[in-house]
Amino acid sequence: MQAQINAVIDAFPYLLIGAVNTAVIVLAAMGIGLVIGVLVAVGLVYGPRWLRFLLAAYLWFFRGVPILALLFLFYFGLFPYLNIQMNALAAVAVVLGLTTGAYQANIFRGAIQSLPRGQFRAASALGMSDATAIRTIILPQALRLSIAAWSNEYSIILKDSALAFVIGAPEIMARAQFVASRTYQHLPLYLAAALLYFVLTWAGVTALRKLEQKMRIPGYSGEESS
Amino acid sequence: MNDTVVPVLQADNICKSFSGQRILNGVSVGLRRGEIKTLIGPSGGGKSTLLQCLNCLVLPDEGAISLDGQQIDLANKRSLYQLRQQVGMIFQEFNLFDHLNALDNITVALRKVKKISRAKAEERARLELDQVGLADKADLYPAQLSGGQKQRVAIARALAMDPQVLLLDEPTSALDPELTGEVLAVIRSLAGKGMTMLMATHQISLISTLADEILFMEAGVIVEQGEPAQLLSPGCGSKSAGFCDRLTEIAEGDCAC
Repeated sequence: MQAQINAVIDAFPYLLIGAVNTAVIVLAAMGIGLVIGVLVAVGLVYGPRWLRFLLAAYLWFFRGVPILALLFLFYFGLFPYLNIQMNALAAVAVVLGLTTGAYQANIFRGAIQSLPRGQFRAASALGMSDATAIRTIILPQALRLSIAAWSNEYSIILKDSALAFVIGAPEIMARAQFVASRTYQHLPLYLAAALLYFVLTWAGVTALRKLEQKMRIPGYSGEESS
Repeated sequence: MNDTVVPVLQADNICKSFSGQRILNGVSVGLRRGEIKTLIGPSGGGKSTLLQCLNCLVLPDEGAISLDGQQIDLANKRSLYQLRQQVGMIFQEFNLFDHLNALDNITVALRKVKKISRAKAEERARLELDQVGLADKADLYPAQLSGGQKQRVAIARALAMDPQVLLLDEPTSALDPELTGEVLAVIRSLAGKGMTMLMATHQISLISTLADEILFMEAGVIVEQGEPAQLLSPGCGSKSAGFCDRLTEIAEGDCAC
């Protein structure tokens, strides 16, 4: 027992840096996905037909191909082919960002389409340009409605980030596996890795729920729920 | 001086179809400054579509719209945005911005469209809220307001843009009967101040006492047009008179139960 505990204690700083790398990957991916998601959702709802077609193709591609296949395709295939120098961490962030962007686009599109049509019409009737109406009236409401689904997406991407291990990005999984294979203490080390993932999930989801409460519009239902 | 001659808002021969079905079939309407016209007729007759065509929320397929004698270029988005700033719109279902409180519902367009500073916009918004009797509700969100209060905020929001014309699409139809009074009072006070208005309504009191002219619309065409005294006189046999009688019967039926 002592040996197992020691193995985890010795490896913990090393694993913790892995956790920081995981957090960086996930935050960067979610950030990339947020920007892509909002732009794509607006394009899908308000864009001309040719643009909607193009964006739908993007969604189909990233929702239809496994992340593992995407990582190999981009890291070993596309980036070298295009002469793009990128380390494994950045590559994972980009691939996960593009993937979650597709899913987030669908979250935001659903939220935009769930708003009463009168919101956009009232903004237009006041002389707002389409862009101003989308920016100041539609997106602030749609993004509020999206926080719960976005928090789901965060926890999914966090766990998908473990796949980064296969292209050698130094995140939680890669480091746990590295130590475990040298010390043969598989059980405690993978338990420690699991715990780190759980803590990151818990922290993110809790923070997002706080944000959701802070952004809630007064007078709407759900006021009492915690 | 020209104001009495050149209409503020003039629409000629407006046609509009939705998926092959003709909703408006060559409608013309003009509003001189200070004039109030009511648009009545059966549901599905095209009243709402006509109002939305007048500020180009719905683009007409055919026809011309002029503001102050200047024809609007319907193909140019910028000129549509400018038209809409001059032609305010009140909706049946209020359409307040749900994420903004009453004050910001009014300031948002002042700031984003007219580029007025926040302080100036808030000053103006408070003035308009005061005019509709809601000075104490500035910080409340739409979900915290009653239907009548929402519609009054919506009117304040439209008026803050200093429109030349106000279009009202059944402004009291979504309200409980006991709440229509407060909105009617605001509309009456606007009329008293000389606001130019075109209003689709089923509110008999507005039709008979406020309107300079009644337009009766049916199947996408204006079939009757005239002063209330003339069109609504008992026994004149006009469609408008028949329609208003039925509205009165329905209203009385409501009171009975």
